[in-house]
Amino acid sequence: MRESDLLPRMHWLMNPKFRIWDLHCHLSGVPGLTPEERLGQLLRYADRVGIERLCVYMGMKWSQDPAPDDFRKQNDEVLRAIAKHPDRAFGFVTLNPKHVAESLAELERCVANGPMVGVKLWVAKRCDGPEIDPLIARAVELKAVIFQHTWFKTTANYPGESTPDDLVALAKRFPNVPIICGHTGGTWELGIRAIRDQKNLFADLAGSDPTAGITEMAVRELGTERVIYGSDCGGRSFASQLAKVHGAAITEAQKQQIFQGTLRSLMNPILKAKGIQA
Amino acid sequence: MNRRLFLQSTAAAAATPLIALEPAAERLDVNFATGPWPFRDLPQLDGDSLKQRGITQAITGSLEALLTRDIAAVNARLAAECAKSGGVLLPAGTLHPLLPAWREDLRRCRDEHAMKVIRLHPNYHGYTLADPLFADMLDAITDAGLVVQIVAQMEDQRTQHPLVQAAPVDLKPLHDLLKAHPKARVMVLNANAAMITTALRGCASLWLDCAMIEGVGGIENTLKAWPAEKLCFGTHAPFFYPESSLLKLVESELSRTLLTALTVDNARAFLGRV
Ligand SMILES: [Zn+2]
Repeated sequence: MRESDLLPRMHWLMNPKFRIWDLHCHLSGVPGLTPEERLGQLLRYADRVGIERLCVYMGMKWSQDPAPDDFRKQNDEVLRAIAKHPDRAFGFVTLNPKHVAESLAELERCVANGPMVGVKLWVAKRCDGPEIDPLIARAVELKAVIFQHTWFKTTANYPGESTPDDLVALAKRFPNVPIICGHTGGTWELGIRAIRDQKNLFADLAGSDPTAGITEMAVRELGTERVIYGSDCGGRSFASQLAKVHGAAITEAQKQQIFQGTLRSLMNPILKAKGIQA
Repeated sequence: MNRRLFLQSTAAAAATPLIALEPAAERLDVNFATGPWPFRDLPQLDGDSLKQRGITQAITGSLEALLTRDIAAVNARLAAECAKSGGVLLPAGTLHPLLPAWREDLRRCRDEHAMKVIRLHPNYHGYTLADPLFADMLDAITDAGLVVQIVAQMEDQRTQHPLVQAAPVDLKPLHDLLKAHPKARVMVLNANAAMITTALRGCASLWLDCAMIEGVGGIENTLKAWPAEKLCFGTHAPFFYPESSLLKLVESELSRTLLTALTVDNARAFLGRV
């Protein structure tokens, strides 16, 4: 079937003119005994909803404060998965700022000398402290995309869980380095406000309920070029997260920018450096 | 993979999912609402907005019912609003069993507003499903010939306003209650996968909606353990983008028969339509 044959049959929610890259995917919450099987499952569903590429990070079993052996194992699993589907998935390396030397070694192994193109920082330690700086500095040298999980939880964050305010503190120390604010703080009305004036911070729409208004407010306050679609699959459905963009009262061009344009502009330097065609 | 190859390789797969969104003579949303949300200006969706999205009818509650004490007026406004929709919005009035004279509200819902559905918000009204009052109300609604929707949660607890926090409804008592009240027709809205696999396990006569069922292939996964005739399409719009549940029908691999069950037959059975 040719692309032109497909077009008229596509529904408004499935318009194939959108190119969709998913910033935020995991190997958990999806069946499969191996990392390859799990990514295969994610891609089966990604195909059904028109997603072309997945950024994958963290392994089959998570820990909030992984020891070096643990995050190395998780990164091995991501390496296995993306090796099976190099044309559909990008890998981000999971690091733990409590283990700086070992994290720097992982950056060398997975990004400098491996196929990964980004860095994922989760909830081991809040990101406002100086321990994280050498990791950011090295990631910048490697042109890796930097992603930090954040939440503003009414019900209290985990001890090591960053808020968007913590990320602003980090971003002020690296004012020229783009950093992605994971989940836009979850409570997005607060997260968007927190990061608004820190222009090197980008909003990840993933992993919160598809509450109407999130995307419109992000676009209004940050501009489309600072907003990125992501799902947080397998724990989340692609559907609920795609709906935040498909269902938003914004233009088609803005949707395309959020579905792929913003992330692509952050990834272009490292894709070019690594000679990855996408 | 280049763009053309991607489209070609997914074309076969993509053609099938689209049956979920084909224009249909009937597609029922069991989880819609109208009225203001105290903490956010929600999109103004009405019957026409739903029709544009391929939804032909929606069981519609009032968001005012959560916090407004004059619930008789809330139900009257809801009925008036739905009456303007040309039959698209089916009103689901709310009872608050801790208000004096709640039985009169039930009478008005049935006799004055011709409502078929009652929607309950135990976590915003301050009672549990284990309270004897709830069993009394269930009997009264059933005796009146109406069906019941219990909203398990409106919003993720982690994002709620700090001064107005409402933990999800504890659904565990339902299992025994449904056995003790076999004539009651009950649907739980906004249950998540954890509630379905734990608290609601074995509630064979209970209907659910899919608005808060998450996870990749969430509907497919739910149907591995939940009867296919007891799961309904529901959007939780306008609080959620309605596209979320529409796309869930695309994401999961569902036969035409299953799609019809989820979007038409099961809701009709709940409503007691032939
Ligand atoms: Zn995540």
